[in-house]
Amino acid sequence: MQNFSYARPDTVDSALSLMADHQGAAFIAGGTDMLNRIRDGVSAPGLLIDISRLDLAKVSKDKKRLSIGALTTNTAIAENHIVASEFPLLRDALLSGASPQVRNMATAAGNILQSARCPYFRDVMSACNRRDPGSGCSAIGGTSRKLGVLGVSDQCIAVHGSDFAVALAALDGTVQTVRPGGERCSIKVEDLIRLPEDRPDEATMLAPDELILSIDVDRALAGFSSAYVKTRDRASFGYALVSAAVALTLDEGRVAQARIALGGVAPKPWRARGAEAALVGRAPTEDAIAEAAAQAIVGATPTEDNRYKVDLAARVLTRAIKEALA
Amino acid sequence: MAKNDDITRREFVEGTAVAGAAAAIGPSFMASSAAASALSSVQIVDGASEVTLQVNGKPAAVTVDPHVTLLDALREKLQLTGTKKGCNQGGCGACTVWIDGERVNACMTLAIMQEGRSVTTIEGLSESDELHPLQAAFIENDAFQCGFCTSGQIMSAAKVIEAGAPETTDGLSEAMNGNICRCSAYPQIRAAIRDAAAGKG
Repeated sequence: MQNFSYARPDTVDSALSLMADHQGAAFIAGGTDMLNRIRDGVSAPGLLIDISRLDLAKVSKDKKRLSIGALTTNTAIAENHIVASEFPLLRDALLSGASPQVRNMATAAGNILQSARCPYFRDVMSACNRRDPGSGCSAIGGTSRKLGVLGVSDQCIAVHGSDFAVALAALDGTVQTVRPGGERCSIKVEDLIRLPEDRPDEATMLAPDELILSIDVDRALAGFSSAYVKTRDRASFGYALVSAAVALTLDEGRVAQARIALGGVAPKPWRARGAEAALVGRAPTEDAIAEAAAQAIVGATPTEDNRYKVDLAARVLTRAIKEALA
Repeated sequence: MAKNDDITRREFVEGTAVAGAAAAIGPSFMASSAAASALSSVQIVDGASEVTLQVNGKPAAVTVDPHVTLLDALREKLQLTGTKKGCNQGGCGACTVWIDGERVNACMTLAIMQEGRSVTTIEGLSESDELHPLQAAFIENDAFQCGFCTSGQIMSAAKVIEAGAPETTDGLSEAMNGNICRCSAYPQIRAAIRDAAAGKG
């Protein structure tokens, strides 16, 4: 691994000051994504600012919102009783990802901010517009079986690997951020990860010196019937080929509210509003579910390698809706 | 980056009037003007420094550059080579150790990040000269072929037993999903864990 300097501030203020004063610095918390990127030569921060001991690792709630501290480990979120009782979708998504060892280290914000999944992004010998702007995309025309079919561009077809972010996108989750000087911002998780368009190197909406403090979810969505269904190449410990997060409510036999997002298919957690609209106001019949599944994949632009994902996405979503209703 | 172009996608929360409301629901943090004074107390480590860990119950000091992983510090500096380096990217579990009692991949964290923390390796699993029940159960069940993954399997399995080992094969496999065995001794590994969980180690 290339060397870097290291600092461990003990307050948010001092972490932000360090970042403001050091161009090319990066925050590190759980480290499970960052260290692999440094090892692979994909990232080369001059200074690592270790925020892992800041006091941002609590899960709390008030009347309106569930608030997950940015540094709460994936394990701690999954085991939290408020999360389990009000938002089991978040727990189910988290437990479908990684291994217990990784979940014990990986943090809430780090999970969402994990870098794109694409073998060419991770291989510095390959052309990659995301890693090296303007160098081209080895994935397009290369091996793209695991890559994106929705929201991709002619510059990048990577996918986002977070299951947690898919569940959060379905639940309208937001991240609360702060920058040096105290400017605060609230960004929807759905918007936080950017589509590549013509600038795949701009992976997120965050400024380089912006720090996530918490991830919040509106408790008006608590208690929805939900399901997270994930398919992958092996039974466990793998990134999604396709996943689906579904949360809905029924009123007198009809779907009153529906929140749906897909994972493994796009460069960001993919909210499927067309699918939601196809369900709301209708009894969840086979026909209605089939229409929702068809709506979810409208606009897909697969490669020869990953054409299977389009049909798989519809099937995974169909199963997730049925599991949420069961 | 073209952040200003996206300003409509962001709900700005600026100024003290709303900062108070946000603080009420978020983790405690007060934007303050004390940033500059706080900074002066933060030391930037540039090059080798001494890092003290608590390893297998005893203080252990290592002199390491910031980029040295906990795994490399254990193996190369403290000669605790029972912890293995397999994939070196968090995918195989051969380097599983406990930090403050939680199983983690030692390759996925820096030694300097764990300063002051308690680290337990396979060498510290048994508190006496006797084999730990899991070690005995792995031998009894022939739960390895090449043995490279074994210390990680055992360090992981001890935490599975502590949490209450799942009864089903699928459940136990899921709880052990972070430990890969290339010799595919999984049936024997599960049998060893079941024996140890039942006190038969």
